[in-house]
Amino acid sequence: MIMAKPKPIEEIINEIKNFDKVLVAGCNGCVAVCEAGGLKEVEILASALRMYFSNQQKQIEVGEVSLTRQCDKEYLAEVKDRIGNYDAVVSIACGAGVQFMAEMYNKMRILPGVNTCFIGVTDEKGVWTERCQACGECILASTGGICPVARCSKRILNGPCGGSSDGKCEIDKDVPCGWQLIYERLKELGELKRFEEPTTAKDWLKSRDGGPRKLTKEVSQI
Amino acid sequence: MSVTTPSKLEKILAAGHFGVTSECGPPRSAEGSVVDEKARLVGPYVDVINVTDNQTAVVRMSSLASCIRIKQLGFEPVLQMTTRDRNRIGLQSDLLGAGAFGINNVLCLTGDHQRFGDHPNAANVFDLDSTQLIQTVKQMRDEGKLLSGYEMNVRPQMFIGAAENPFADPFEIRVLRLAKKVAAGAQFIQTQCIYNMAKFKVWMQQVVDRGLHEKVSILAGITPMKSIGMARYMKSKVPGMDVPDEIIKRLQGVPKDKVAAEGVNMAVEQIQELKECPGVRGFHVMAIEWEEKVPEIVERAGLYPRPNVD
Amino acid sequence: MTYPSNIRIVKVPCTGRVAIIHLMKALEKGADGVFVAGCMEGDCHFQSGNLRARKRVAYVKQLLETIGMEPERVAMYNLSSGEGPRFAEICQEMTDKIRQLGPNPVRFKGKRKEKAA
Repeated sequence: MIMAKPKPIEEIINEIKNFDKVLVAGCNGCVAVCEAGGLKEVEILASALRMYFSNQQKQIEVGEVSLTRQCDKEYLAEVKDRIGNYDAVVSIACGAGVQFMAEMYNKMRILPGVNTCFIGVTDEKGVWTERCQACGECILASTGGICPVARCSKRILNGPCGGSSDGKCEIDKDVPCGWQLIYERLKELGELKRFEEPTTAKDWLKSRDGGPRKLTKEVSQI
Repeated sequence: MSVTTPSKLEKILAAGHFGVTSECGPPRSAEGSVVDEKARLVGPYVDVINVTDNQTAVVRMSSLASCIRIKQLGFEPVLQMTTRDRNRIGLQSDLLGAGAFGINNVLCLTGDHQRFGDHPNAANVFDLDSTQLIQTVKQMRDEGKLLSGYEMNVRPQMFIGAAENPFADPFEIRVLRLAKKVAAGAQFIQTQCIYNMAKFKVWMQQVVDRGLHEKVSILAGITPMKSIGMARYMKSKVPGMDVPDEIIKRLQGVPKDKVAAEGVNMAVEQIQELKECPGVRGFHVMAIEWEEKVPEIVERAGLYPRPNVD
Repeated sequence: MTYPSNIRIVKVPCTGRVAIIHLMKALEKGADGVFVAGCMEGDCHFQSGNLRARKRVAYVKQLLETIGMEPERVAMYNLSSGEGPRFAEICQEMTDKIRQLGPNPVRFKGKRKEKAA
């Protein structure tokens, strides 16, 4: 899932302070899972904004809506009739959702309400960690199912580096050394041989470095 | 099949002598004379002088520029290259530049994460890692080709080195990693500075058991302790460093004004002990910001004058 | 046993049922203060409902600060269900605290009144 974190409310207030009608739009997809942008968060943010502006003696109407997803046009279309009533929208969907909404409603001011952080998983309730860097060429088969691009701070492919200590990364004691994890997993799987051959340089053309990416599946196209 | 280079270090090791290298940290300014002074200080006592590459991710005068100054003074530099700040285009470009100035030694490193330095907000590059950089240099030297396959007219002639830390984790794979670097083309290794002699010897034994000592020249890292504060700092604040309590105790056992001298004594003793250790082919004396001690250490360890191999 | 007449009680099976939005809405709709009265820690019938409530109260306090409202308007108390007099005490304590803060600024669209009678 895409993990995001709510923006500091001061930042959102600063963007909308001159508007009279603002719609808070959530997304019931990824951001709901990481408790940053689902319906619950829409309600809390809307309530907080109303109270703030009320205290500032400013009249503001704060609307609330949460869509199934903001990355599909069919769902974004559901607010077509309402959205014209507002001066601005604070979308607490991930960056993709904010942009897609802005593309569809290109005469409307769509502002981001969360900081989109990474592709990750729910370690436990309330804790989410990064797992995938969307490099475009998955090598998990050779690393026992643990990704060095996402979990090694230096994304090296012939790790670990000399800073690995006690199973932790040199940058932070709370960050496990990705290569230590890979080593232990390969050991368990009896695949330590993979450690012996040097891995050659990665093709970053397939990742973000190669430019904005596009995927098509012809059979699915109408 | 490795092409021999004009590297003095390569020649000395091939002749069967102990190799002696040291290190120079460039200044945090455009003051080139700082590099010159350090080079003149240690130059006559070592075979080659390493120049660090934005060590600990702190911006310093570039390693390549410093190496050129050292070369122009008549000494032989080792270009340290990390993969943290430059992609494969920048790295290969610098290697060609180094070759153009007759620099014949390169130490291939991944590099400390930029979080440690003074620009933690920088984007990190890490297009390649140290092993892939070794492969790149080897290909440029032996096949005359860039990573893209482009054939160069004049190749850089580089004696290839890498670093290895016998004290990092997981310990079991430190030798596997060394084997990988050797397979990639590493010809000499400079280790992280040693304080835990017992652990180092265990690692060396594993290296010898695998026959790696015959394929690559291991230079043991030696750094004299200047103070008890330094020992404590290295014990707790430097990643991958193993400083046993006995080291600190020994420094504490001498009068305060004798601590630095004791640190130098310990360094000399270490070299003498490691001369007997199978597989050790030389010493990398890193006297960080204390370069003036290098001559004394090399002399007292019986490694001066340096052999002439021309 | 009496407690101040300005207290409006909302009964829940466990304070773990109280969500952040309930606390926010109470204040948004004009309550001068809201407190959560849960069981003694360790005695929650549903294990840790009161611990969740405590966390949520703390979260709302911090949120109120970021929007310029007094965090003291929301509070967490723990007592056992049999402690009637303690409940009255809490009600009085909260009432006194809120009286000191004055009416909820939201109610008067920001125009703060002097200390209420």
